[in-house]
Amino acid sequence: MTLAAATELATATNEHLANVSNTLIYSAMAVYTLAFFAHIAEWLFGSRSKVGRTAAALTADVAGKSASGPPVTVRKAGGTAVLERPAVVVRSGFRDVPDGPGAHGGTEKGDLYGRIAIALTVLAFALEAGGVLARALSVKRAPWGNMYEFNITFTTVAVGVYLVLLALKKNIRWLGLPLATTVLLDLGLAVTVLYTASDQLVPALHSYWLYIHVSTAIFCGAVFYVGAVGTILYLFKDNFENKLASGGTPGRFASSVLDRLPAAASLDKFAYRVNAAVFPLWTFTIIAGAIWAGDAWGRYWGWDPKETWSFITWVAYACYLHARATAGWKGRKAAYLALVAFGCWLFNYYGVNIFVSGKHSYADVGLGVLQSAGF
Amino acid sequence: MSTTSKSTPATASGEQPKAEGGDQDLGAAGSQLSTAPAEEAPNLPSLGVIGWTRWFWRQLTSMRVALILLLLVSLGAIPGSLIPQDGIDAVKVEEFRANHDLLAPVYDKLGLFHVYSSVWFSAIYILLFVSLIGCIVPRTWQFVGQLRGRPPRAPRRLDRLPAYTTWRTGAEPEEVREAARKLLRRRRFRVEAAGDAVAAEKGYLREAGNLAFHIALIVLLTAFAWGQLFKYEGNKLILEGDGFSNTLTQYDDFKSGNLFDADDDLTPFSFTLKDFHGTYEATGPNRGTPRIYEAKVTYTEGAEGTEKSKTIEVNKPLHIDGSKVYLVSHGYAPILTVKDAKGDVVMDKQAVALLPLDGNVTSSGAVKVMDGYRNAKGEKEQLGFNAFFLPTYGGTGSGMQSTFPALVNPMLALSAYHGDLGVDAGIPQSVYQLDKTNLKEFKDSDGKLFKQQLKVGDTMTLPNGAGSVTFNGVQEWAGFQVTQQPGSGWALGGAVVAIFGLAGSLFVQRRRVWVRAVRGADGVTVVEMAGLGRSESAKVPEELGDLAGVLYDQAPPAPDGPENDDTPDTPDTPDTHVVPAEGAEK
Repeated sequence: MTLAAATELATATNEHLANVSNTLIYSAMAVYTLAFFAHIAEWLFGSRSKVGRTAAALTADVAGKSASGPPVTVRKAGGTAVLERPAVVVRSGFRDVPDGPGAHGGTEKGDLYGRIAIALTVLAFALEAGGVLARALSVKRAPWGNMYEFNITFTTVAVGVYLVLLALKKNIRWLGLPLATTVLLDLGLAVTVLYTASDQLVPALHSYWLYIHVSTAIFCGAVFYVGAVGTILYLFKDNFENKLASGGTPGRFASSVLDRLPAAASLDKFAYRVNAAVFPLWTFTIIAGAIWAGDAWGRYWGWDPKETWSFITWVAYACYLHARATAGWKGRKAAYLALVAFGCWLFNYYGVNIFVSGKHSYADVGLGVLQSAGF
Repeated sequence: MSTTSKSTPATASGEQPKAEGGDQDLGAAGSQLSTAPAEEAPNLPSLGVIGWTRWFWRQLTSMRVALILLLLVSLGAIPGSLIPQDGIDAVKVEEFRANHDLLAPVYDKLGLFHVYSSVWFSAIYILLFVSLIGCIVPRTWQFVGQLRGRPPRAPRRLDRLPAYTTWRTGAEPEEVREAARKLLRRRRFRVEAAGDAVAAEKGYLREAGNLAFHIALIVLLTAFAWGQLFKYEGNKLILEGDGFSNTLTQYDDFKSGNLFDADDDLTPFSFTLKDFHGTYEATGPNRGTPRIYEAKVTYTEGAEGTEKSKTIEVNKPLHIDGSKVYLVSHGYAPILTVKDAKGDVVMDKQAVALLPLDGNVTSSGAVKVMDGYRNAKGEKEQLGFNAFFLPTYGGTGSGMQSTFPALVNPMLALSAYHGDLGVDAGIPQSVYQLDKTNLKEFKDSDGKLFKQQLKVGDTMTLPNGAGSVTFNGVQEWAGFQVTQQPGSGWALGGAVVAIFGLAGSLFVQRRRVWVRAVRGADGVTVVEMAGLGRSESAKVPEELGDLAGVLYDQAPPAPDGPENDDTPDTPDTPDTHVVPAEGAEK
């Protein structure tokens, strides 16, 4: 085989892989769309149940307080049935609102559609992950060279985080519909506006820091995103609970939807845990970036727009974590801070790439931007 | 205390405890789970300077103000990312000034072209710094005190704690307490047996991590500030065979921190670029991708050191006594010979460095002949050429873009000008651009700008006997950045400690467990266990359940029937629920 022929073959293989990747991404989008509709069906069938748990709990709560009833005696059945371990009594400082039953509202049909939606999400995830992998193979590098690749990886990781939490039996099915919606939007944006043909990019820095820094950045973004969805739902649910507790009657739609979500306290706790868990990793991402910059650009921190915004994001999340421990900032105010922080992350990703030019501009030139710095 | 604590839970729960007493019990037990300062209600300051100072200090070191300062830092950093900054791209700042007559002076006043060294930004972070230190120092002392102290005694009413369990056992109270002590020790709690109960605490790493994180942050920021003040950064483009010695005048451009002293702080060293070597992917979709870039240099440390050899690669700088020499760019320099109208050589095989424009090193620049040239009329003049260079020319009709970064088929395109280059006016100008204000074009036979494409060895004859230019060959050049930023090691150390501290402070839960075992009125031992965490967490009851399970096996339940009236009651508030509440209702 001549050299030219070999080259041609290699090129053909890579074009083929790139096409495979595109097909997989489009297929994933189709399946996500189906998952989206299955989730809609889950919510629709779920709305038939009239549980009103939150209202029941909150009104009972009020009644209980006003009556300050006689102490309830909890007796254990000692002797006859030997317990494995003694029961632990838990006293909670929170409003004692039970978590909602989930989107299916306890209905069998809703639950069925919910399960179908999750199965479809798993399939779509597999297709999308395959698409990302094919893309990586077609360009023979980490598939994080431009915003298109970044976007498809980002959504894959976000869905992956969701599925892992599901597999760990966390109460997270409520995330399904918002996740399917945003993943579709994000992928739509990726394949239309941001699409970049699988072409040669200068893997400008032969550095393992690319794998470390960019992969953790994507992972952090995906987890921050999951946290932000939790925070938004917390704000709605908290509002709903406050209204009920103060004797108001929320609208029928709000009642139907919000009643099925976990309690505000649970959502808040979930969002906090998720954000707090990933905050050290975000810190690491910034530091890894600084080390890489030190190796590649001769300074570890130079207030490049991307660096600045990752710092702003970091400070905003730090504010959120501190606010949660500060009287007068807990709850809704802290939640707003969390949303601001996620907004900073989003701007750092989209805004800085599109509107601000700097050393990280992968929006148009990919990693070739480092050309401007020399290579 | 001893009498009340010996009363069985049954009798204790029978009486309504005074709310105050109960709260105090819990308060003492829950105290010092962290060193976080108590939030104080805003108090009117007492009069006098000291009073005001105290008030101001208290405000500054309060969490609330720290939070606001943090928010301000992030807000303050925003304009710096949107407005061009002097330190990052001075050219853009100039452009901005030229285009915004109204805004630019305002921005100047506000220091918006150098946000990160402006007075107001500095004020915010210095205040934050002081606030941080003012918070960390007392908390560290407190934490040291906590480490030297013992876990607080069991509160009188364990059943009022967030997690609680109890059972009756046939074992002796002393045995149960001893078993509990051993168990908690094994689980690496700090244990203190006092009176009828065992107190234990765990998770000191949380506070240690928290303090370590904040201290590391101070170290990191101090190291960064120190580095900024004493750093320097210069760029130098060096042709193969040429040398460089680290003095201010040798740099193409140079930036330094405010306290940097060029006379004393420039590390004395020199190096010579022996050879630049670049290889590129020749085939496949990544054709043209750089594989290796390396610059072979010989260098000398100090004024008179021995010469050493070293290969500098991208990401692998040369370290010389605190300074680092980075290979940051490379390009080509066509070697040219220029003769004037009479045929005298006015430029002899001189390499002219051109700047790369794209990944395939399509390069552009200017050739300037400043001295010695006389035109056909014998007048002194200067020559200028716009140069465009393709290391690999694709052939006729392939466009003026290089198709490969290595020297496969080099082609140089020159367009010629004559007149005054403007270099004598004293205004600094780019060596890569012609100032055409006082230059005239050489015209070809069609009356258009005279230009020609040259292969190596080709000669271009200027119109009307104005002289000639010969393209002798191509030399490579490498761009180096020399930087020194003291304190980098400290900054890195601070960063690493900060991450671990952060992980400790976020993932470790500080919690207390108490186990009380006393003989009840009927002579049967009653065991009570309670857990308290710094923050509400499902892990505290889980862990307590786990510990209780182990202890339960060692102190099995008393064989008395469920009808026994002494079965402990849980005194109740409406927000209590039992997990799991087996046999709660009969």
